[in-house]
Amino acid sequence: MKPKIQDIKSQRIQHVEMRDIVKRFPGVLANSKVSFDVRAGEIHALLGENGAGKSTLMRQLYGLYQPDEGEIVIDGKPYVFRSPADAIRAGIGMIHQHFMLVPTLTVTQNVALGLRSSREPLLDLDKVTRRIQGLSEAYGLKVDPHAFVWQLSVGEQQRVEIMKALYRGASLIILDEPTAVLTPQEVKDLFATLRRMVQEGHSLVFISHKLHEVMDISDRVTVLRDGKVIGTRPTHKVTRGELVKMMVGRELKEPEPRSLKPGPAALKIEGLKTVGDRGTEALHGIYLEIHSGEILGLAGVSGNGQRELAECLAGMRKATAGRIAIGESDITTFTLNQRIDSGMAYIPEERMRDGAIREFSVEENIYLHDHSFAPYTHGIFLDFSQMASHAIDLVNEYALKTPSLDTPLKNLSGGNIQKLIMARELSRHPKALIAAQPTRGVDIGATEYIHQRLLAQREAGTAILLISEDLDEIRTLSDRIAIIYEGRIVGVVQRGQATIEQIGLMMAGVSMKEAMHG
Amino acid sequence: MKDVISLGVLGGILTSMIRLATPFLYAAIGETFAQTSGVVNLGVDGIMLLSAYGAFYVALNTGNLWLALLTAAAIGLLMGLLMSFISVTLKAEQGISGIGLYMFGLGMSSLLFKITIGTVKTIDGFQPVRIPLLGDIPGIGPILFDHSLPVYGAFLLVPIAWWVLDKTTLGLKIKSVGQNPAAADSLGINVDRIRYFSVCLGAVLAGLAGASLSTALVDLFQDNLTAGQGFIAVALVYFGGWNPWGVMGGAFLFSIVNSIQLWMQVIGVKIPSDVAVMLPYLLTIAALMITVNRVRQPAALNKPFERGES
Repeated sequence: MKPKIQDIKSQRIQHVEMRDIVKRFPGVLANSKVSFDVRAGEIHALLGENGAGKSTLMRQLYGLYQPDEGEIVIDGKPYVFRSPADAIRAGIGMIHQHFMLVPTLTVTQNVALGLRSSREPLLDLDKVTRRIQGLSEAYGLKVDPHAFVWQLSVGEQQRVEIMKALYRGASLIILDEPTAVLTPQEVKDLFATLRRMVQEGHSLVFISHKLHEVMDISDRVTVLRDGKVIGTRPTHKVTRGELVKMMVGRELKEPEPRSLKPGPAALKIEGLKTVGDRGTEALHGIYLEIHSGEILGLAGVSGNGQRELAECLAGMRKATAGRIAIGESDITTFTLNQRIDSGMAYIPEERMRDGAIREFSVEENIYLHDHSFAPYTHGIFLDFSQMASHAIDLVNEYALKTPSLDTPLKNLSGGNIQKLIMARELSRHPKALIAAQPTRGVDIGATEYIHQRLLAQREAGTAILLISEDLDEIRTLSDRIAIIYEGRIVGVVQRGQATIEQIGLMMAGVSMKEAMHG
Repeated sequence: MKDVISLGVLGGILTSMIRLATPFLYAAIGETFAQTSGVVNLGVDGIMLLSAYGAFYVALNTGNLWLALLTAAAIGLLMGLLMSFISVTLKAEQGISGIGLYMFGLGMSSLLFKITIGTVKTIDGFQPVRIPLLGDIPGIGPILFDHSLPVYGAFLLVPIAWWVLDKTTLGLKIKSVGQNPAAADSLGINVDRIRYFSVCLGAVLAGLAGASLSTALVDLFQDNLTAGQGFIAVALVYFGGWNPWGVMGGAFLFSIVNSIQLWMQVIGVKIPSDVAVMLPYLLTIAALMITVNRVRQPAALNKPFERGES
């Protein structure tokens, strides 16, 4: 069998070049004369902030967009990709950030989708299953071909995506932020798989904004900023600090160490249970106490009950058992409005769905809740001048970048929308704040600002529940860290008490006792 | 009451249940294809009406029933192309364009009927064909195996549709563009082409549904012949959970109540006929309330696909 593998290796793409790629979208220059290349047996990291143009560049290599200028050259031959089908035919595969899987189909069906069957027009799923099992062994990719995709964990779904690319004979595989949703253990497994693929002669493009991962896995790294290439370096010849400077164009401030002692318990959660979207119990009795002036970070892999917990606290999902209290008042059965009046503020994970209205203006979004109270009303009428002056104050205070108060929210960047939601929620001086994924999809500058604001709110005495999948964020901001797994709190540790590995183990369901001492 | 529910009446009820299910099966199986691909076509009733008229007109003037069916299929195809152009290429709101298609079919069929035929006439439609041996089984033989060819066709369609959707590469493509068009697109599947195909196939079957009504069931055409049957067919797709067998179950449920209602009028049970006619429709609403199963609904139903939006 050995020579056969050699044959396959030599058939693989040896060198892919993108030369002087220019891509314009209405009002934006997404890629400006970008040149990029990948060789067989190499992992080339593409590093940059959100909106730097990384995904846009790679989508052109995968045929999802067509470049306005520039060319794609594979092993010396120019190619034009009008659709992903063309790119797949040329040996290119892409693992998207949002998985491109059909949840109601099985793994085998997802892999077979769009391929010619050996007995057209009938499907040949048995054959596909057998080949999946073969590849699974060869690359150490554990997948169950008969499972339905909706039953799989995020890590497993990603393996299905990699399987899809390998099955189609992809030489070069583009991975778009592949670690964003994984536990530290799953990241380790993924990296092992990636190294195996490189040994087999594949070329990989690793898109990321996480420095330590780029340092860990890549052979070369190219940094993009504002659609331009800032530089390409061999990874072993560059430091983290240099990369940050290339990405951001300036040095970042690290959050200050802690001083204030937390006050009395402000948000109490006792034995909270609720049911998830699929009708099964999503929270099996959550106990948490968050003190005034404290940030409690909730770490966990997505889909372990974080969203249900946040929605339950905010009043968007009914608790089936247990009790929620702000200070001494029980708010378990309160409506959303009553909760807000009791001092609850909520920064939702799905900010465009639950936190704001796309078509409304900046000002209208600021008043989504408070418009019906004095001093913004005269009897049954709105007092527009009061509203405008308050809105201007908030826009200035939160450094919101918007052309005007009347600009529709959808024209703002993700970071500015998040700032607006924070401004609205925090201007009520809440006793308790639920911040769910507050910096997801937000660029580094805005992230830094949001972190400062959360810390300021902590100083002001608010009890903050910070739900995040970004362990670095949780570790830098939190006074205590609680780890959630399958709807239960596995453990609560003090700031600095646990290493990333220990937290990662608990996120994978290992008990606190074992994780801390085992 | 005891003496009216004789074996003969029961047989009659079941026979007409099978007959009456025919247009629902064609239309609802067709709509199953369209919806599985992610397009709700509310214009089914309009397609049925115009096709029923077309088929009847051809049969009346040529006496050729097969040419009548072909005409109905062609009308269905044209209206399907129009619907897919509006909802897939132009990405218009599917509910509105479907209602538009319905209004067009309703008005156009009435107008053409008035201009070209004028009064209600009847034709010699498809005659029952008794299947040898099976048709001679006592009891169920005459109920199941003594129908016209379009009726048999409708029931053959159910396993064929299931087979296409579950066992072929085409079926897998149709399901994937209805569940996650972005995923299908990323694997090189032409989402628009699959949706065009599914909507047009559905419309051709809706055309046959109309033709079965005017050339095999009632053998006549009049204003608003379908009386909303196309809308019931759309509801049956939800009721059946986007599965041809489930759709058939729904068609039976609806048509048996319809047939009981007809027989009640025949044997003179004392309820106002308007109330009796209402029963099947009330039943549809009730059945939908109980059986709504959102989990199986195509996730991209009613959503136009644009590359690069996620």
